[in-house]
Amino acid sequence: MTIGLVPLEGGGYTPPGTHDFEWGSVWPGVLPDWVNKPLLQAVIGALLVILFWYLGSRKLKVQPGRAQFFFEYVYEFVRNGIARDILHSEYRRFLPYLLALFSFLLVNNWFGEFFFFMYPTFSNVGYAYGLALVSWCVYVGAGFHKWGPGFLKKALIPEGVPGYLLPLVVPLEFLATFITRPITLALRLFANLFAGHLVVLVFVVGGGFLLTYADNLFYNVAGGVSFLFSIIILMLELFIGALQAYIFTVLTAQYVSTSIAEAH
Amino acid sequence: MNPTIWVPQATLGPLAPHYWSEVIAGIVLLLIIWLIVAKAIVPAFEKMYEERSSKIEGGIQRAAVAEAKAEAALAQYQDQLASAREEAARIREDAKNQSAQILAEARDRATKESDRILEAGRQQLAAERSQLVHELRGEVGGMATELASRIVGEALTDDERAMRTVDRFLAELEQAGAAR
Repeated sequence: MTIGLVPLEGGGYTPPGTHDFEWGSVWPGVLPDWVNKPLLQAVIGALLVILFWYLGSRKLKVQPGRAQFFFEYVYEFVRNGIARDILHSEYRRFLPYLLALFSFLLVNNWFGEFFFFMYPTFSNVGYAYGLALVSWCVYVGAGFHKWGPGFLKKALIPEGVPGYLLPLVVPLEFLATFITRPITLALRLFANLFAGHLVVLVFVVGGGFLLTYADNLFYNVAGGVSFLFSIIILMLELFIGALQAYIFTVLTAQYVSTSIAEAH
Repeated sequence: MNPTIWVPQATLGPLAPHYWSEVIAGIVLLLIIWLIVAKAIVPAFEKMYEERSSKIEGGIQRAAVAEAKAEAALAQYQDQLASAREEAARIREDAKNQSAQILAEARDRATKESDRILEAGRQQLAAERSQLVHELRGEVGGMATELASRIVGEALTDDERAMRTVDRFLAELEQAGAAR
């Protein structure tokens, strides 16, 4: 008697995998392949962000109403909680970028848990690379803008390092500052959402398969439980989506802060 | 369904973007949002925050002005109160002095009046006395003369002699009274 996983390995079941993250054209034959669901989601997400802030910044009053209170809460979360906490007196210049970044990330991450979309945009690694590249330009640009070419010296040669260690330290600092930072930014975001979506898929697809499996009550019950559990995973994904948006924004602010800091 | 890209997907797996458009779309969309947020959203919020803080500061300033005014009024009031107290004390002092003076004057006047009355009484008494003495002298002289004439049996009609006798007699009496 081999009950276990046998039915899952048999015919009719294809486990979720990377192929679930590949999308064809939304309108095959008319639009090219790259106009796919993630792209549409990214565009809709951007429009939603713009709409959100357009509504939020309209008719701002000194004494806030209930709606304005909500928008101010979100705005101040980024303004005071991220930008001002990390960048102190120079936060105002970088606030627009951080606000745009955070809201764009948050909306697209939460697409993974909302009906109609049910897919986090940044589980396609290309978008994460794009955002990391912009963040890289921002913090490197901020450093060069403030220090001129001297920024390279500040970034590559930490204070108090003895001369004979420089051949070792300079390449390491270069790697850390200019190469690994953007890559880790992108991969952290991508991997969290990719893995989260995959887990949800496993529970939903596997649960669906078990639930509809003929003549086996145990499988059907297990499938139901799996479905219920996928709801819990979705809740967790909501949290992780917000957390990753927050982390990406905080780290960008942190990198900007080290670029423009007086001393390392 | 396996789109061709720059890096073979076999080596990078899901870490290779499916399309370059993903990277470009991410960058472009983020830049658009950044631009709009920087041009419209953040300035609107910051302007409102500035207005709010200036309003609050204005309120604080107004409160400070009001407080200063109240303090000034209090100081003035206390000043007035102090001066009023001082004045009251001065008036009381004056009144005390004045009353003492009035009292002294009244006492003085009363003393003088009483002296005057006493003097007048004494003078009147003296006048009455002398008048009485004068009258008595006449009467007593008459009576004594008559008595003496009756006793002696001789009529002392000669008035002038009789008066002299009486005067002498009385003077002797007075002298005796003064000596006593």
